[in-house]
Amino acid sequence: MSAPLAPAAEARLAPAAEAQLEVRDLTLSYDGIRALHGVSFTVGAGEIVTLVGANGAGKTSVLRAISGLAPFGGSIRFEGQDLRRVPAHRIVGLGIAHVPEGRGVFGNLTVHENLRLATWQRRDRAGIEADLERVLGTFPRLRERLRQPAGTLSGGEQQMLAVGRALMSRARLLLLDEPSMGLSPRLVQEIFRVIEEINRSGVTVLLVEQNANMALHVASRAYVLETGAVTLSGTGPELRGDPRVREAYLGA
Amino acid sequence: MSEALVYWLQQVLNALQLGSIYALIALGYTLVYGILTMINFAHGDVFMVGAFFCFLSAVYLGLPFVPTLLLTILGTALLGVLIERLAYKPLRHAPRVSAVITALGVGLFLENFTLALAPYPKNVPALLDNVTWDLGGVSLSSLQVIIIFLSLGLMLVLDHVVHRTPVGMAMRAISWDRTFVPLMGVPVNTIISVTFAIGAGLAGAAGTMYALAYPVIDPYMGIMVGWKAFISAVVGGIGNIRGAMIGAFLLGGVEIMVTAFFPSTYRDFVAFTLLLLLILVRPYGILGQPRTQKV
Repeated sequence: MSAPLAPAAEARLAPAAEAQLEVRDLTLSYDGIRALHGVSFTVGAGEIVTLVGANGAGKTSVLRAISGLAPFGGSIRFEGQDLRRVPAHRIVGLGIAHVPEGRGVFGNLTVHENLRLATWQRRDRAGIEADLERVLGTFPRLRERLRQPAGTLSGGEQQMLAVGRALMSRARLLLLDEPSMGLSPRLVQEIFRVIEEINRSGVTVLLVEQNANMALHVASRAYVLETGAVTLSGTGPELRGDPRVREAYLGA
Repeated sequence: MSEALVYWLQQVLNALQLGSIYALIALGYTLVYGILTMINFAHGDVFMVGAFFCFLSAVYLGLPFVPTLLLTILGTALLGVLIERLAYKPLRHAPRVSAVITALGVGLFLENFTLALAPYPKNVPALLDNVTWDLGGVSLSSLQVIIIFLSLGLMLVLDHVVHRTPVGMAMRAISWDRTFVPLMGVPVNTIISVTFAIGAGLAGAAGTMYALAYPVIDPYMGIMVGWKAFISAVVGGIGNIRGAMIGAFLLGGVEIMVTAFFPSTYRDFVAFTLLLLLILVRPYGILGQPRTQKV
């Protein structure tokens, strides 16, 4: 029974102060069925960390727990603060923005309203306007469609809106759930380029992807999730070279 | 003016008065449905409690019209929030039929609680000096003017709140899909409470005006008016605010026109038949849209 000891050992090696996000022994159940069996990982400030794994491995559940959308066991600490008792709507105020699977844009709201809604807890009018300009600079397509209902956007544009909306909250940690889902290869390239650009501007990224190839290329570190537990971890190049990863996730 | 024109103008005026009251109540059904996809069957009884709040304020506190109206709106808004928190919120993830039964139960509770306190119909004193003007044969009362303009004013305010303010934006986002609304930093439960407060407050305003126009009130007065407002909301396209107003004025108009041509006992039968036919032709209501598939 060495598994429970492993996280403790890791904690001695990497003190909590160094990790921006520290997830420890995370468990999560849906209607009594365990989806996560003690997941532990860390994300350092400024990193791009990716969780790769098959459908149903529990990747989305990890992000739901961090965002307070689902009750969890174990501990999640962000910049030293315990997130256990923090209600979901307070998470974004702490500096964590979540781009959910399926984008979660509000189709009946205009593009502009979608972007404004994400600033619900901000009161700095000038800062909000500046951020809006910055987001529209990153995604010029959104500027053209500012007054259109978000439901009329294409899938790629909706993904841009979802990411842009997350940026409107001035997050220091961006959670991205399957940003490449349903997009053409060209758009996948585009969205990953933007993710790297956002990261270079100082935002930490925790990326959940089924497209392991792309994810491992941009990630500084990666964790492989299988049936609710971390089975492998390492740097992006390490995992790309790992025969198990190559066989299971890269189709090599 | 010709006699026919005078007659029609008079009917239009009467339809506007009735329609405004239906509209104020229909908005509460449509707001709550929009945000929770739930029919708040206790809403007609909140309207009734509003009429009783108006009675209490006028008789026991001796307050004039404006304070009475404000107090009634405040009281019913609070009642709406209380109903949601105590009765509906615990069942938010329960099967839909449980919420429906609970709403009916809350309605019965309000009726019988009021009946216990007020076993006999009450007379609401006239809070306004009712002046009637004769405009070339069309009689127009100051009460009618107040009811119509106050209702339209409240509807304009609501339309503005829903379409032009952050709270309204949050309400619309929740009505689309509330799963991810907390990720925006929006406290969903607070917005739901605000929605119930607005809906119930409008029903309180309707109760006050109804009590002034038809001053004999009783604990069961909310049932029929509530059904009519609910049907108005469905005919307009439930969940759609402008639809609720259109449906309400349509029902008010149909009712007045039916009584103009048929014995008054035919009123509800003919009105409901017409509306049922309309729903057959447009199942989502006049402004309602079938929700497109979300990906």
